[in-house]
Amino acid sequence: GIQFDNSRYNSFIELQDKLHENICRKRTLVAIGTHDLDTIEGPFSYEALPPDQIQFAPLNQDEKMTAVQIMELYEKDPKLKQYLHIIRSSPIYPVIYDKNRTVLSMPPIINGDHSKISLETKNVLIECTATDPMRAKIVLDTLVAMFSQYCTEPFTCEDLLVVGHDGKEEYFPDLKEHFVSAGVEYINSIVGVPLQPSEQIELLKKMQLNAEHDAGSNTLKVTIPPTRHDILQACDVAEDVAIAYGYNNVPRKVPSTNTYGKQLPLNKISDLLRGEIAQAGFTEILTFGLCSHAEAFAKLNRQDDGQTAVTLANPKTLEFEICRPCLLPGTLKTMSNGQQMPKPIRIFEITDVVLKCSDNDVGAMNRRHLCAMYGGMSSGFEVTHGLLDHIMSMLDVKLDAKDGYALAEAKDGAFFDGRCAKVLYKGEEIGLMGTLHPSTLEAFDIPFPCSALEIRLDTVTGV
Amino acid sequence: DEIEKLAGAMAKVGLSQCMQSKWLRIDKDQGGKYFRTDTAVSDAVQQQLSAVVKGDFPPKPELEKLKRRKLVQAANYKTYSVAKGPDYAPQRAKAATDITQEMMLDGSWKSARFKPYNFAALGQDAGAGRLHPLLKVRAQFREIFLEMGFEEMPTNRFVETSFWNFDALFQPQAHPARDMQDTFFIKDPANCLTIPSGYLDKVKATHEVGDCQTGGPQDPAATPIKSLGYRNTWSEAEAKKNLLRTHTTAISAQMLYRLAQEKEFSPKKYFSIDRVFRNETLDATHLAEFHQIEGLVVDRNLALGDLMGMIEKFFEKLGLRDIRFKPTYNPYTEPSMEIFHWHEGLGKYVEIGNSGMFRPEMLRPMGFPEDMQCIAWGLSLERPTMILYKIDNIRDLFGHKVDLGMIKTNPICRLVK
Repeated sequence: GIQFDNSRYNSFIELQDKLHENICRKRTLVAIGTHDLDTIEGPFSYEALPPDQIQFAPLNQDEKMTAVQIMELYEKDPKLKQYLHIIRSSPIYPVIYDKNRTVLSMPPIINGDHSKISLETKNVLIECTATDPMRAKIVLDTLVAMFSQYCTEPFTCEDLLVVGHDGKEEYFPDLKEHFVSAGVEYINSIVGVPLQPSEQIELLKKMQLNAEHDAGSNTLKVTIPPTRHDILQACDVAEDVAIAYGYNNVPRKVPSTNTYGKQLPLNKISDLLRGEIAQAGFTEILTFGLCSHAEAFAKLNRQDDGQTAVTLANPKTLEFEICRPCLLPGTLKTMSNGQQMPKPIRIFEITDVVLKCSDNDVGAMNRRHLCAMYGGMSSGFEVTHGLLDHIMSMLDVKLDAKDGYALAEAKDGAFFDGRCAKVLYKGEEIGLMGTLHPSTLEAFDIPFPCSALEIRLDTVTGV
Repeated sequence: DEIEKLAGAMAKVGLSQCMQSKWLRIDKDQGGKYFRTDTAVSDAVQQQLSAVVKGDFPPKPELEKLKRRKLVQAANYKTYSVAKGPDYAPQRAKAATDITQEMMLDGSWKSARFKPYNFAALGQDAGAGRLHPLLKVRAQFREIFLEMGFEEMPTNRFVETSFWNFDALFQPQAHPARDMQDTFFIKDPANCLTIPSGYLDKVKATHEVGDCQTGGPQDPAATPIKSLGYRNTWSEAEAKKNLLRTHTTAISAQMLYRLAQEKEFSPKKYFSIDRVFRNETLDATHLAEFHQIEGLVVDRNLALGDLMGMIEKFFEKLGLRDIRFKPTYNPYTEPSMEIFHWHEGLGKYVEIGNSGMFRPEMLRPMGFPEDMQCIAWGLSLERPTMILYKIDNIRDLFGHKVDLGMIKTNPICRLVK
């Protein structure tokens, strides 16, 4: 005995849409179908058939079509095309029939035109199909609780017996209240205000939750209506008490927790080094941790051995294909963007790169790198070299092949032959330095010579 | 004609002047002959010109007439009188711009003349290197946390498992935030290698039924959680999916877990300021990466008032007073609060951060006892920086498109003067 008018009708449709978007996770978990009960006849059956055996006129269409045709019809539909994938690849599609084999709906795609609801509809059948039964219950309860106020006798509905394929019988909608018990002391320990049980009960009433006090255990037994499926536990009850009390009414105090401050050694040394390099005349930059594959390999004339870079599965743009395994691309892009600045341009960055790694729980790790670049009328290799010497001297590392740092000629795609060196710390390679190869500079749109230095900071700082 | 023969080129001019002065008259009857008149011939022009030669000028109108007839020409003569000035010297001396070492050695600075200095112009560029504005603000926040006794968490780990980023925080598996739209999932390495196994079972049970085998060295009572849980199936495969962390709370969870494994409980204050990644639509104030600031306090019997008091003190150090709180929802905190401060310029309360108390469903499976609470709050680093330095577009602050000139001139970060 429901009475629809324009606004109620629109509201009803909007509620279903909102539920579909959110808790139903875009119809992948739950799908709702609503029908004019007077156009169909129970009992209803929920079946699964091969698509070419399902035939009906979908909503707002005149002709009967097979499920195959229906899928094709909605391929271009802006609203429905995003749901087709949910069942498309299955050999059988779900379908709901009434006693006379009239199709109510083919969830989660579309309802049948026959049972569509109009402003004249007086009785509504709601069906929820799902892959997550808990959610289906929540969705049905929500829909019924919200809309039954418009029934001729408000807040009533007719329940239905659902017989599972295993013979199990259950009445829906569930609409059962559940109970949560919360300790009086516990609630006060969360809110931070010494409330009496009666005060707590009053506050909960404001939140539309009824509660009874059990003096023996000093707990509240709180009745949770079916519309409050967000209340899982005593802490949820405590939050409602706090909201009713008013967060801004709760007296504030600073915790007496006594602790000492402590810096992470890696960050501490990074910050000290950043200061030293800025004092040496370099300007700090901050670039993105994600880049395109080409920027880290092809443009630097380097090969990808497949063991270095972490690749992303779902990048929205080419810019975010991989996590950068080195800082050089970001520095080159910044130099390119700033090419109008007066020369020479000196920039640097100390931050993490991401590398694949086989000996931790995740399979990838961060490593702190330093990258500095000089650009001007000449490549300034001696300036970059000077900076390296300065950094080593700041870290108290001597120029010594065995106990300190040393340079050895090297070859790398990004650097110019004969002007490229590997930086060694106690015999281990920690990075590269050199004049950048003109083809690298060209790939990044830099029209003047540059030199750069990139080293890892973990071994040389001992952190 | 005869006149023309006699006078030549002068004939025409002469004739017209004679006619004008009435020295001659023309008799048309007698065939255009000219006759002398009776008027006395007095050549005024001749007299004037003679006078000019002598230096005696006729009155102006007459002079103008003579000029027009080109009989007189005006010529300009400039004359200078030169005398010795105060700086007269037999030899030429150049004005110096600065005192030089030579001048000091030979004492010539005493007699040298110095060019006046232009105090209205700017001086020479200091040529110094600079630190990045966002990182200057980060340094300030770090200082504030350290001053308040917080310990920095090791957040140098961008690739994370869904387990630590979501499941350990009691964020349900079928949740919008885990969508491909909001999270960067990893293609390679796609899944993590290990998760602490005992703990994994507890997290699974808590998600599915709301309770698990609580207890641990710090929780001998092992009271049940008594939650309804999410009542769905929890998938280990889903939890093992690698992603780029969407919040630094993933690290906080690992720190808390480690803390709970200790034989004895010790209270802690942790903080971190580091990069997080969101696969969101980009606009003027949103990028795929940004920096999150997070603070937590772990102790017995902490309440909402403690959380609010802590937050108030923290923001006071940023120069922000008049803090208010509003209820909100986070999957892993309950109660949850949005933090607002009064913005003088806008004349309204503006949101500045998010906060809450971690749920028992998150803390108990780790092994914490019932009376142990963890309060936490967070905000982004970019937002206060953009407000402080009046930057509208986040790309002008973070990334390779930042103006290097801006970094050079960006002032010292003074959050509170």
